Amino acid sequence: MSETPLRNNPVEHPASTPTRREVYEAGVRRRSNRIALISTVSVLLAIVVLVPLAPGWEAVQRAFFNGRVFAATFPGLLEAFFLNVMIFAWSAPLIAISGLAIALCRDTRAPALFPLRLFGIAYTDIFRGLPVVLVIYIVGFGIPGLGLPRPWNSPYIWGTLALVLVYSAYVAEVIRSGIDSIHQSQRSAAASLGLSDQDTMRFVVLPQAIRNVVPANMNLFIALQKDVALLSFIGPVEIFRQAGVYKSLYANFTPYVGAALIFLALTIPATRYADYLMNKQNRARS
Amino acid sequence: MKLISGTALALFFSTTSVLAAGDGTCAKGKTLTEGTLTIATGNPAYYPWVMNDAPESGEGFEAAVAYAIADKMGFSQDKVTWVRTSFDEAIQPGAKNFDINMQQYSITPEREEMVDFSLPYYTSAMAVLTTQNVVDSGAEATLDGLKALKWGAVATTTAIPMLSDVIQPSDAPLLYNDNADVNAAIMAGQIDAALYDLPTALYLSAVVVENGALLGQFPPGQSESPDQFGILMEDGKLLKECVDAAISELTESGELAAIEAQWLSKATGVPVIE
Amino acid sequence: MAKLSLRRVRKRFGEHEVCKGIDLDVAEGEMVCLIGASGSGKSTLLRCMNLLEPIDDGVIWLDGTDISEPGLDPQPVRQQIGIVFQSYNLFPHMTAAENVMLAPRRVRRLSREELRPRVAKLFSRFGLGDRMEHYPDQLSGGQQQRVAIIRALAMEPQIMLFDEITSALDPELVGEVLDVLRDLRKQGMTMVLATHEMGFARELADKICFLDAGRILEQGPPDVLFASPREPRTKAFLSRVL
Ligand SMILES: Nc1ncnc2c1ncn2[C@@H]1O[C@H](COP(=O)(O)OP(=O)(O)OP(=O)(O)O)[C@@H](O)[C@H]1O
Ligand SMILES: [Mg+2]
Repeated sequence: MSETPLRNNPVEHPASTPTRREVYEAGVRRRSNRIALISTVSVLLAIVVLVPLAPGWEAVQRAFFNGRVFAATFPGLLEAFFLNVMIFAWSAPLIAISGLAIALCRDTRAPALFPLRLFGIAYTDIFRGLPVVLVIYIVGFGIPGLGLPRPWNSPYIWGTLALVLVYSAYVAEVIRSGIDSIHQSQRSAAASLGLSDQDTMRFVVLPQAIRNVVPANMNLFIALQKDVALLSFIGPVEIFRQAGVYKSLYANFTPYVGAALIFLALTIPATRYADYLMNKQNRARS
Repeated sequence: MKLISGTALALFFSTTSVLAAGDGTCAKGKTLTEGTLTIATGNPAYYPWVMNDAPESGEGFEAAVAYAIADKMGFSQDKVTWVRTSFDEAIQPGAKNFDINMQQYSITPEREEMVDFSLPYYTSAMAVLTTQNVVDSGAEATLDGLKALKWGAVATTTAIPMLSDVIQPSDAPLLYNDNADVNAAIMAGQIDAALYDLPTALYLSAVVVENGALLGQFPPGQSESPDQFGILMEDGKLLKECVDAAISELTESGELAAIEAQWLSKATGVPVIE
Repeated sequence: MAKLSLRRVRKRFGEHEVCKGIDLDVAEGEMVCLIGASGSGKSTLLRCMNLLEPIDDGVIWLDGTDISEPGLDPQPVRQQIGIVFQSYNLFPHMTAAENVMLAPRRVRRLSREELRPRVAKLFSRFGLGDRMEHYPDQLSGGQQQRVAIIRALAMEPQIMLFDEITSALDPELVGEVLDVLRDLRKQGMTMVLATHEMGFARELADKICFLDAGRILEQGPPDVLFASPREPRTKAFLSRVL
């Protein structure tokens, strides 16, 4: 829509003069751009000028935006963030697989598989109802406490399991909603061709369902990226913990600001991308 | 020139003389509530620093020191009130709810840039807390022996620079929120050893950690920067002079040593790590 | 013997009985058209015929075999009775060719390579030779409906059911789909159609059945039924739609 005027490149179409409508729309666009610019600049100015006038600003600046502490701790934070990325990288596929498996459990209709269905329901109810930290504590300290030998008692293994347990419950629910969103007529069409229930699920329903829930799952995985930090409760020194260590060493909160920046550098693009996918899908549906 | 030094001298004399008199005028107008001293401790406060999580009783090393300091500053026992803070609350900018904060805060130059510390009221050895199983499986109290262990520590303590600078373990240490979590990790066999100040380590090994043992200690005299506990105050508050004067007085009179002897068990028999 | 026979077929959804005892015979190579007002049960009857809906009472015979027996595996029956829906119901995530090949691959265990030439022949027979690799949303309604017909034909059914397959199409696209039906008729395919295209029904059907409130009120050859309906309700319906 908005790119049409740009395409009317006068060099390419030397003969074409803009229509009355195009002239009008260009004027409107210029005016709204100008207003947007002015209001943005004045809000920013207000923040930059007014906030430092607050009586406690100097103390806040020293405690949260301390250049010296930032410079000293940022490289260490980046290094610790690598651990977050690693934990995320091995958790995410496990979550995707078990989330799908649980969604399928919940969708079984055969009476013989009723226990499976019951399991799926109980599983999603329980793990969506528990705070992640709690599961991390219970699984991360509890299971190794049963007397597993090293390296099988590693907090990385059990912490990862805790994340997988909780997040696959959410992913399962999202996938199930995707499965439910596929119209009955698709199943009818597959059945009328003589496809078995399993084939119908595998070739007709699931591919569409999963495609539909990609944006919703993207949001879950962005949340996961943040919740990886909770593994620090059972020992691993990832970025959040490292920032805490620096905070206590320097008696200064700037390392947290540094960690926040690192998180944002990753999650903002990911969130934008998820929104883009969501919008694209909504447009395609309408 | 003469005038300036004269004034400085007069100021010096006035403060010291007032303190020596112990009539409490040093802290006048410098506390949150006029006439009372608000002291912060941890939530909960642990043995042997505060007994039974009840600092008002004056029992436990830090509770006893707190009342002694208050007394020297001219606050009688009933003029002391207690509040609880976390480390984060203690260092955050803005108005504080305490005059002085006392919970085994180690004095470091980095921290001193942000907050004020009093003179040290205790100098601690660092000790290695472990379990009998680890000792039995041949862990040695030598630097090389320590490097091979799987380490843990509480993330907010100065044990961490000690770990990374002195011990330099071959596996990255695991860090926890508090003593209870370190204990859980030891129970789960996820770590072999944890680094604590000696009194805390003694207490944990004797009472909390099942089968706990102390592998060794790094005595304060040996370390380049020994772990010294100071009272934390808001940066730039004038109370520091008064508190420091009180601590000096307690140190010189031997009262501090007596309190230490009463509440902190002697660390005899814990081998020294060379 | 009739290819497909229905006797006293009853179907209810909850309290609402949609088929109230249907008797119908479809002979080999015959084309039967179901007409009737909206809600009279045409779609439901078709869905019962290929067991997409289980019937509550009555019998359905296919080549003399009772296919309505409760507990019978419906899959082999469905392979013999194809159905095409009003709303195409193509699989949107597959190309036209993949849509057509899915069932033969999975059910008949044929490989893509074996299927390709046959499928290509079907596509070009219905004027879609150059549309095989398109996705459903890249095709016009008429093209989609023809792909849906090809998809059902690829299983080589003995009977084809069509449920108002032109009613979602623009008038100019209706013709191309009806041409396909003419073509199938010529080939001798046994067909049952639910339709509102009275002209088409009159032109090609061997038998017209008028459904009213879950019953076949009247049936007969098109020239008889259209020219001189016996029942007043049939008359009323025809006068509305003709
Ligand atoms: N799955 C179902 N559950 C409940 N009622 C249904 C169901 N399918 C159809 N019906 C009802 O059965 C009746 C007949 O529906 P059917 O779709 O067979 O009518 P139709 O003759 O095909 O109508 P149209 O010409 O509008 O397609 C309707 O009243 C409808 O509401
Ligand atoms: Mg219908």
